[in-house]
Amino acid sequence: MSGVAFKTLSKIAGPLIFVEGVDNAAYGEMVEIKLPNGERRQGQVLDTRQGLAVVQVFGPTLGMTTSGTTTKFTGETAMMSVSDEMLGRVFDGLGNPRDNGPKIVSKQKVDLVGSGINPYAREEPSEFIQTGMSNIDGMNTLVRGQKLPIFSGSGLPHNLLAAQIARQAKVLGGSENFSVVFAAIGITSEESNFFIKQFEESGALGRTALFLNLSSDPSMERILTPRLALTTAEFLAYERDMHVLVIITDMTNYCEALREIAAAREEVPGRRGYPGYMYTDLSSLYERAGKIKGRHGSVTQIPILTMPADDITHPIPDLTGYITEGQIVMSRDLHRSGIHPPVDVLTSLSRLMNQGIGKGNTREDHRGLADQLYAAYAQGKDARSLAAIVGEEALSDLDKKFLKVANNFERKFVDQGMDENRSIEQTLDIGWELLSELSDSEMNRIKPEFIAKYGKRTTPGGA
Amino acid sequence: MTDGIVSRISGPVVLASGLEGAQMFDVVRIGELGLVGEIIRLEGNKATIQVYEDTTGLRPGEKVINTKRPLSLQLGPGLLTSIYDGIQRPLDVLRAQSGDFISRGNVIPALDQTKKWDFIPVKKKGDHVFPGEIIGEVQETPLIMHKIMIPYNIEGELTEISEGKYNVNEIVGSVQTNSSKVEIGLSSWWTVRVPRPVLRKLPPEEPLLTGQRVLDTFFPVAKGGTAAIPGPFGSGKTVTQQQLAKWADSNVIVYVGCGERGNEMTEVLTTFPKLEDPKSKRPLMERTILVANTSNMPVAAREASIYTGITMGEYYRDMGYGVALMADSTSRWAEALREISGRLEEMPGEEGYPAYLGRRLAEFYERGGKAVVISPEERIGSLTLVGAVSPPGGDFSEPVSQNTLRVTRVFWALDASLASRRHFPSINWLTSYSLYADNMGEWYKNNVGNDWVALRKEALEILQRESELQEIVQLVGYDALPEPEKGVLDTARSIREDYLQQSAYDEVDTYTSIKKQYLLLRTILEFGRKESDAIKKGATSSKIGALESRKMISRIKWTKEDQVGTLVADTFDTMQKEFNTLMIEVTT
Repeated sequence: MSGVAFKTLSKIAGPLIFVEGVDNAAYGEMVEIKLPNGERRQGQVLDTRQGLAVVQVFGPTLGMTTSGTTTKFTGETAMMSVSDEMLGRVFDGLGNPRDNGPKIVSKQKVDLVGSGINPYAREEPSEFIQTGMSNIDGMNTLVRGQKLPIFSGSGLPHNLLAAQIARQAKVLGGSENFSVVFAAIGITSEESNFFIKQFEESGALGRTALFLNLSSDPSMERILTPRLALTTAEFLAYERDMHVLVIITDMTNYCEALREIAAAREEVPGRRGYPGYMYTDLSSLYERAGKIKGRHGSVTQIPILTMPADDITHPIPDLTGYITEGQIVMSRDLHRSGIHPPVDVLTSLSRLMNQGIGKGNTREDHRGLADQLYAAYAQGKDARSLAAIVGEEALSDLDKKFLKVANNFERKFVDQGMDENRSIEQTLDIGWELLSELSDSEMNRIKPEFIAKYGKRTTPGGA
Repeated sequence: MTDGIVSRISGPVVLASGLEGAQMFDVVRIGELGLVGEIIRLEGNKATIQVYEDTTGLRPGEKVINTKRPLSLQLGPGLLTSIYDGIQRPLDVLRAQSGDFISRGNVIPALDQTKKWDFIPVKKKGDHVFPGEIIGEVQETPLIMHKIMIPYNIEGELTEISEGKYNVNEIVGSVQTNSSKVEIGLSSWWTVRVPRPVLRKLPPEEPLLTGQRVLDTFFPVAKGGTAAIPGPFGSGKTVTQQQLAKWADSNVIVYVGCGERGNEMTEVLTTFPKLEDPKSKRPLMERTILVANTSNMPVAAREASIYTGITMGEYYRDMGYGVALMADSTSRWAEALREISGRLEEMPGEEGYPAYLGRRLAEFYERGGKAVVISPEERIGSLTLVGAVSPPGGDFSEPVSQNTLRVTRVFWALDASLASRRHFPSINWLTSYSLYADNMGEWYKNNVGNDWVALRKEALEILQRESELQEIVQLVGYDALPEPEKGVLDTARSIREDYLQQSAYDEVDTYTSIKKQYLLLRTILEFGRKESDAIKKGATSSKIGALESRKMISRIKWTKEDQVGTLVADTFDTMQKEFNTLMIEVTT
């Protein structure tokens, strides 16, 4: 179908155009569209049959007409040029330069959708990434090749957290070949400037590739933006042996775009109007994190999404949580109490934590200590809600102790501000300090030998 | 019979015309790449095809070739220790052939076609053989003896059979039936969507022991039974499923990762070969088949993966083995059904799922069971099915959970609030149930202890009592409770912390034999009874909580199997002494 131009648009509906007379457009083929006023758009075939192709347009359909618009089928599915030159550059949501620099020219063109990694070829992620944040390193450890999203809400400082992670993340004892790929999906220019400034200040901009689709940009581009970013990341990781951290924000806008197309296609909607295949679609993004046996690089993903009305059961966080290896959940209550980062440790989770911690990675006492802190914090929070009803005086002595642990946990462990970069030893030691309130038998999650070795005792034998 | 032509492509659904003589569920090869698909609707010579591979780049006008065969599996030695995708392509061979990323249009035989297996006949020339009869054996792995069986519709005289080395495509013998001569190969073929028949089903009476205390003690599943594990994300479905796959006392394990995370399948792949079967000390992989269709692999193959897994399970059941199949997660399978149904523009039922969702789930679970398999001598095999369900938002009222609960007899309710306080396995002891528990009382009496049923009942009552007392505590505070009630709470806490909580990552705690479970539970409850007596006579719960024997109890679960007996005996002694001393203190 390559090179043939059609002027036979029969219908324009939302982001979709229906081109007639096309006999063999490929599914997923890219389309160039020329508007009567000379403007150009890109599109992609969503449904193809003899005589008709349904094309999704990446960009506004404003000014498009059924008669004067020309569509040209390129004969290619979505491909992008990749090269080393991409680091330090800023692109728009379709991969065109946004920084007045030259276009990326490269012989190496790769498929944007990419095929899945064979599970047999994957290497189990197990290298501990020290983010310098106690609540992540200590309680929900991030490892190389993991996908760990941040579940946030509007008005919460998820951007600060993501930027801090990007700034501080390092692997213990490893020499670095590290880069960042940043994909902005429908965020404001203010937010995007914040990230650029952060990368500049930390000196990371030179090893960062940015793909920016701002809220003013066409929503349909949002389908492509994360795929461009991930394709770049895979190139850097698997062809250039880099350890790539991919930050994607905000996945909620991506899902909205997906819903928009589904609605335009008059598909049977799933939950809350989102398409039934949203799980499959999201996994085609998230599953592109990982490590491959015999290759040196890795792709680690931190997607950010804002939960509508802080509802974690909303389809977007829900389906994400089923695909990703855990989640970091932000809490409005903690944010209101002035704690930064306001991470709700109890609902957060890192599924790959066990592979990345313990002897040889962090420290042998890590697992037990983290479990004990979880249990103590949970019990302390229960005590807190109980105290709200019956008064603190009516609590049992044990509950009072746990309440104290919980308060200290939020104030001393979780709260660390924007600039503090804690080593894993510091994090674990703070944890032991908090637990010094408890007696040995109340620390039933930790092996006695570790209590003896690492426990911080003001008085011997327990408080 | 003619080839067809692609007329429309919409995601994983392709329409083709010109496929004369095509039958429902025939497998077809599409386009230049030869993508694998299956016919799911016929209208005249127009066929609707669900494609097991990504259709990007496919064009109308490309050729469709009908293989005239429904989706079938090759069953024979070599299945064990394999890892397959949703349509039985070995992923290790696929990687060797086409690289780290999954490429399209590959046809790879499921079994190693060249490897020679030692075949040892158990029947001799001239024997009259019947359907399902075992004519010979192959040592497939050190753990499993593979049985070569006569196909279901064949009966007659065994005219040839000889010992020797054969590959899976070679003939090991032949049978003269009334009408013809039939060759018997080392492997056979079976259509995935058709259940392998059995003579009759038996009531499940023996528990599938899993080494997981909360499951074995409180909510056991029977060999040949069905169980559902619904739970929101992060509540530990996958860990529970993997623990079952590791420790269940089943001969063969089929683990189907249906639409789940790639890194998790990798974890299974790296950990299973290192783990030992607690009884035989052989690597667990030698009894395991993995089916991995990760979430980013094509959606139609996800739909097929469940059937691929269960067909292989049935095959080993027919040899007379106990087989357990874990499917993680059936929700992803249901969503695949929904996606295909949506593309077919079928009228949706609840939440967009097709109207036949309930029927399909019921059909799947009905393929499990303990059964007398087809064979002239009585041979019994079982197939236990454990399906994880991932309800959106953790809401069990959604269609997949509800339809699953209607047909499964064990319900392990995973609870996000338990998970968030790191109580693992986070199986809620108040809402979970097992309909087999009563039928299997006899087995526990004979094999574990006479008082087992009573102990279980006592423990469940204490936990129930705790939840009532917790409500009172919420109102008046703990200190306002009378001492006897505080005692109940102590015992309940001990059951929760020293018994129900079990670490999958601790070398010792990850597996608890039923014997150790019995000893541990008996010790905890004995302490509870003594505490309750002591309180009646005037002791306080805080004083009892500080006893040495209390601490000893909390050590039992971390103690190795061979040392448990001694520790429990010591604990009983110490308990006796301490309570005696306490009584003297209180009464004087």
